[in-house]
Amino acid sequence: MTMNNMEEHRDDIGSRFGMWLFIFTELLLFAGLFLVYAVYRFLNRDAFQFAAEELNTFVGALNTVLLLASSATIAMSITALQKNKKVLSLGLLGFTVLVGLVFLVNKYFEWSLKIEHGLFPGSELLLEYGKGEVLFFGLYFFMTGLHALHIIVGLVFILVVFVRIQKGRINSENFVHLENAGLYWHLVDIIWIFLFPLFYLIT
Amino acid sequence: MINAKLERREPSFYDVSERKGILAWILSTDHKRIGLLYLYSIMSFFIIGAILGLLMKLELLAPGKTIMEAKTYNGVFTLHGIIMIFLIVIPGLPAVFGNFMLPILIGAKDVAFPRLNLLSWYIYIFGAILAVASQFMSGGPPDTGWTFYAPYSFKTTTNMLPAVLGAFVLGFSSILTGLNFIVTIHRMRAPGMTWLKMPLFPWTLYGTAWIQLLATPVIGITLLMTVGERIFNIGFFDPALGGDPILYQHLFWIYSHPAVYVMILPAMGAISEILPTFAQKTIFGYKAIIISTLAIAFVGYFVWGHHMFTSGMSGVALYVFSILTFLVAIPSGVKVFNWISTIYKGSINLKTPFYWAVSFIFVFMIGGLTGLVLGALATDVHVHDTHFVVAHFHFIVFGGVGFAFMGAIHYWFPKMFGRMYEETWANVGWLIFFIGFLTLYLPMFYLGIAGMPRRYFDYLPQFHGGNIISSLGAIVMIMGLVIIITNLVRSAKFGNPVESDNPWNGKTLEWTVESPPSLENFEEIPIIDKGPYDYE
Repeated sequence: MTMNNMEEHRDDIGSRFGMWLFIFTELLLFAGLFLVYAVYRFLNRDAFQFAAEELNTFVGALNTVLLLASSATIAMSITALQKNKKVLSLGLLGFTVLVGLVFLVNKYFEWSLKIEHGLFPGSELLLEYGKGEVLFFGLYFFMTGLHALHIIVGLVFILVVFVRIQKGRINSENFVHLENAGLYWHLVDIIWIFLFPLFYLIT
Repeated sequence: MINAKLERREPSFYDVSERKGILAWILSTDHKRIGLLYLYSIMSFFIIGAILGLLMKLELLAPGKTIMEAKTYNGVFTLHGIIMIFLIVIPGLPAVFGNFMLPILIGAKDVAFPRLNLLSWYIYIFGAILAVASQFMSGGPPDTGWTFYAPYSFKTTTNMLPAVLGAFVLGFSSILTGLNFIVTIHRMRAPGMTWLKMPLFPWTLYGTAWIQLLATPVIGITLLMTVGERIFNIGFFDPALGGDPILYQHLFWIYSHPAVYVMILPAMGAISEILPTFAQKTIFGYKAIIISTLAIAFVGYFVWGHHMFTSGMSGVALYVFSILTFLVAIPSGVKVFNWISTIYKGSINLKTPFYWAVSFIFVFMIGGLTGLVLGALATDVHVHDTHFVVAHFHFIVFGGVGFAFMGAIHYWFPKMFGRMYEETWANVGWLIFFIGFLTLYLPMFYLGIAGMPRRYFDYLPQFHGGNIISSLGAIVMIMGLVIIITNLVRSAKFGNPVESDNPWNGKTLEWTVESPPSLENFEEIPIIDKGPYDYE
């Protein structure tokens, strides 16, 4: 009795509103880290610039392009579903997931290379450098790590939506969950847009 | 009413469920059942927290070791803090009465996201288990205090991780509840209920929800950084690795000061519901209360530095934080004037909720005014980290939130359980509790000014007298508490069935529905055409 009534209650605006509020909280979560980054960058300017040269700008730029492309495809997938082109919509979503996975693979190689070179928090090599470098790489791993975690959450979210579109539960009449997945994916994207210059480009 | 037992129009929500036994509760997405789940969990943790508090007061009965070692004492005050703050007063009124009453007060069938609501409860329980488990795992109970200050938090060898992760998880639960309430209030008010026809408890929940949403992520990330510090040796706050422990304090209080308003705003809302009903008079300054609620929620963000006056900040920052702290006192004062004016010349019905409400105003004023002593730079240096601070925040957090919680539970008791609590015992319990409360915390102001620091299991002989009075007060207060809780539990089971759906002649929507409410609250969604406290 309850469940039936709950499912009758549908409020797309409310649902989207809830997602936006959740996105606020995610932004504030990262805001704390950006604040810490700002403080330590201010205190250790030279060390941060020196350490940033260790990062591979090409891989960073590639990942930026990948994420931007995937944001575009998920947006297109929403329009496709609205126009009742289910197969196209699923294809575009599949592409988004694929690109997200490629991003993670790139990240994996990037990280393992850093760790191989001894550039990770707590390593002896890093401690020889100086406090600024220690903080830079601490922040680098923590922030990109947390971001990667958000990518994984986003991918799971998109996959759930993918299955529900396949089953027809999300369709051209009822697509707010796809929109929400899209919003979340754009959030992941926009955080990266800030991480990329802060870590890779300011050298 | 003539009938001893009311005829029901629809079955009570207690009697309607697809599932049986405990599953009817822990799988239910009904906001009323979830509210009660929170009530039972919070009450259980409260009993643990209160016992820990009593143990501390017993330890302080005499100088030197009385019943526990210094290390144990550190663990006890840490767990007391974690339980009371993160498990009880932060979720407290929003999670229990917000869940149960918010949809009814705004004329809705449920909250906007019922399943998310149940998820919040599970997250809450998960966080609570983590926090409490930290006490019993090998390594020993955390001993940093509930603030997890660096460098203690990464130097201590005790079970820091589960405690910090527990607090992180609890924050998540708080965020989801806040998110749910904001959307509910925006989207689900009954037709005709404009913003300025909404009762004040939902208004304060609205302010609270925004703080939960915008401040909690900051503590989330701060606690995660502490975890990163301990596991990966990152050094965000470790000077040896270039970090700054003061930065931790900033980040911590950016959340934890607004969190005080997460605690107190819904308490103020509950008081604003109780007073008009028991004075049978329209609330004085409805709009002023709303504006002051939002002002507190807003200004409350910018005062965190007053926890750190002695930690090392620039002179300008000190002045700014001090001035802002004084500013935030103004809207609180506005509210007190409104409440007093509401009962002035009212037709007062002396019942238990009213006693709790007026004693709330009394202790809240003491708590608020002593807060100004701490907000002023010169005096704060003298009383910082003394028992004065402990007394101050217990007057606000326990005297404020606790009294409002007790008032609210007696006020809404007939609606929630369909039975009446036993009035005489409830009043006796209140009186003993009130006397115990004052005896317990008032001497702490004196002890603090005289120079007794907080968080020590031992003290100098000259503080003995004050501590004896305070510890006796603790025992009296616990006695009152036992009477109150026993009476409530007993009445919920055996109390007299209510004779009317509106025993207090309240004017808000919850008094128009049955006691206990039916599953869908309203047979028909009401159409609102007048303000909430219409006693004219």
